[in-house]
Amino acid sequence: MKHVIVIGGGVAGMQCASELLKEGVKVTLLEKEQNTGGKLRNWYKLFPTYTPAEEVLSALRHKLTGAKNLTIKTGSEATAITPKKVTLSSGEELDCDAAVIATGFTLFDARIKEEYGYGIYDNVITSADLEQMFTRGEVRLKNGGKPKRIAILHCVGSRDEKVCQRHCSKVCCVTGVKQAIELKHLFPEATVFNFYMDIRMFGPGYEEMYREAQTQYNVHFVRGRISEVSPTFDDKLQIKAEDTLTGRPLKMGVDMLVLLVGMKANDLNSDLVEKSFLKQQPSGFMQPRNSFLGNVESNVGGIFYAGAVTAPKNVGESLNEGTAAARAAIEWLARK
Amino acid sequence: MVNFGFSISRPRAIDIDRNNLRKSNEIIGEMPELQACIGCGSCTASCTAGNLTEFNFRKVHTLVRRGEYQGAYEEMNKCMLCGKCRLVCPRGINTRGIVMLIKRKLGDF
Amino acid sequence: MKRSSWTDYQKEIADNDYYYARSCIRQNFFPGSEKVFLSILGKDLGRNIYDDPLHTSCTGIGYHSDVVPLETIMTVVARQFALMNEAGYENFTSSCITSFGIYTELLATWEEFPEMLDKTRENLYKATGREFKIPKNLAHTSDVIFHHREEIAQKAKRKLVNAYTGEPLRVVEHIGCHYAKIFPKKGVGGSEFPYVLAGMVESWGGEIVDYPERRHCCGFGFRNYLVQANRGYSIANSHKKLESMAPQKPDFIVCNCPGCSMFLDKWQYTIAEMEGTTYGQNGQGIPVLTYEEMAGLILGYDPWADLGMQMHQVDVEPLLDKLGIEYDPAAKYLGRNGKYIGKPEAALINGCSEDRLYKINR
Repeated sequence: MKHVIVIGGGVAGMQCASELLKEGVKVTLLEKEQNTGGKLRNWYKLFPTYTPAEEVLSALRHKLTGAKNLTIKTGSEATAITPKKVTLSSGEELDCDAAVIATGFTLFDARIKEEYGYGIYDNVITSADLEQMFTRGEVRLKNGGKPKRIAILHCVGSRDEKVCQRHCSKVCCVTGVKQAIELKHLFPEATVFNFYMDIRMFGPGYEEMYREAQTQYNVHFVRGRISEVSPTFDDKLQIKAEDTLTGRPLKMGVDMLVLLVGMKANDLNSDLVEKSFLKQQPSGFMQPRNSFLGNVESNVGGIFYAGAVTAPKNVGESLNEGTAAARAAIEWLARK
Repeated sequence: MVNFGFSISRPRAIDIDRNNLRKSNEIIGEMPELQACIGCGSCTASCTAGNLTEFNFRKVHTLVRRGEYQGAYEEMNKCMLCGKCRLVCPRGINTRGIVMLIKRKLGDF
Repeated sequence: MKRSSWTDYQKEIADNDYYYARSCIRQNFFPGSEKVFLSILGKDLGRNIYDDPLHTSCTGIGYHSDVVPLETIMTVVARQFALMNEAGYENFTSSCITSFGIYTELLATWEEFPEMLDKTRENLYKATGREFKIPKNLAHTSDVIFHHREEIAQKAKRKLVNAYTGEPLRVVEHIGCHYAKIFPKKGVGGSEFPYVLAGMVESWGGEIVDYPERRHCCGFGFRNYLVQANRGYSIANSHKKLESMAPQKPDFIVCNCPGCSMFLDKWQYTIAEMEGTTYGQNGQGIPVLTYEEMAGLILGYDPWADLGMQMHQVDVEPLLDKLGIEYDPAAKYLGRNGKYIGKPEAALINGCSEDRLYKINR
């Protein structure tokens, strides 16, 4: 029986494992955290349908439950990957016939954008923090109060040479729109402002959602990037931006600032380049063999990619890549 | 007061905290479609008045939404109500209706 | 105030043996500051510092006003370094933020474009017959005080504490733009949350207050101020800062740039005369201190004879009282050797009533 190791137990990795199992392949799924589910574990609802993230995760977990040819190793990080062998941080070595890298991405650390005061000012939070507040049902200010005015800032750690993140993280725009609507549901009296550089609504239903936010929920969209945040005397955050469509600077006090943090390539990726002879893009994400005809294959035969390890992707795309990578791996095993 | 030969420049920033947003909220409340503007500039590009005067419909209604009403009424008076902007707006905003609404709401500014 | 990142921006600051470069304008506006800096370093801390009479202006004011070309300022700076080498020093410390910015900028330029360094060496040699070495360490004098802040705290006679209430004094710090906005890594704490002055205030018992326009420029801007017609927007910057900090009721402002301390002090007078607005307590202005004056006060230097605080536009007496400092009010008007230097007219900023005001072109 052929054995494939899938590195990363997020949505792409889980989908890939389940597809491989269907084809009668033995699978070992490695996850560095204690639980499978990846970044989605910390997400509340998914755009544009408000599907609970947990619904997607439990369906994926259900597919893997009881599979007899599957070994899930949590708390296991891969340190070296070849088509024949994967080494774990514990020193353990696992033999295999192919490997799928589905290690995803790292959330941008908002503290690096010092001017926004994340980690310094209490009511500056990230989109990821907000998702967890939604999940806990505890969206509130540090002092327990309800926010009356909220600003959501797009492109934090994306499209920004100053922090070496030139790429677009793709899903933040729609996340910002989704979170604005969710906040309006929770606080109908609150005013929500989204500060954006460009609005990129790339997926089905996204543009419609954007329009809905504007006209049904009265979310204000200001084209301009917030330049700095500082505290006011009455415990608010003063933000400054240019309202570029009027050509004038703009400032206001807000109760809460949500930073839409982008997707950063994993630090581990450069290790893969060095130890596994794989290729990396200038953005730090892994380079597929071919952007059109081989986008789940690496430049090394027998090593495949699935999900956001090659570029920022949404959940649907990552799931599709999980399937595609499984397909490609099976074809590779058949050819051997 | 002493004359120093110069005076203190006033800030140009739109200060949302100081602006009275009541009229702005009323305008958006009556025609929420105005919020759907994506700033493409089709209205201004096709504007009969805007090609001959400083009138910029997109900019004026954006300023009004931010609570900057000064001069908006006078600006809207430049509109000839030809309706070309409404034909080109990709978001389907009733731009002529907006012109009339702003004039009605801000007549006393 | 919480700061998470200042430890990420640590710069190397020499511990001893400094070559001192003075500022052009401080000697007029805050003359006691440079004198007391030398005294704190030499007498209180026992460090070796050389005050060289041969060095000149770095020509930064001319450079930032577009009258001194780059090649010229590079040669002038090279000469300062040559003088330092000749005096046998390697650690350069400048009293002026703009000079510090220029030295930093030129060192970076020479590293990036070695041909410009070669050209500068040639220019200097042709003009003066001198040669120079790049300094081993470059620090602003506030960096040097910051470096010794704990030692100063140990020797201090008092803390930055309100003598009446026992509460820490509320301090606004203002960092000059040229300190870290050009090269954030060359400033203690970086450019968004600089720690150079905040570190001193915290070590000496005070409390730093953050406010919306903390990072805003004082408005000097060189050519923007130098032309009278442009001063309206120069002063508007200080006005914006003062409006923004006033609700925090700061006890004083501490600056690390010659221009900022001058403008934040003197524009308060101008604003009061133009608009009748004052920002401090009891209808007066907010005292503006240099960090050397702040260090001098806690080390027990005399505010008039040693620190020259009579040169301030905004009276510092209310602050001295809060600090519990004993001083002779009349000695304020005595210069060196006890000579009477005259008494300024009363001004709105120092809480005098309108009818006591002097009359000039009203």
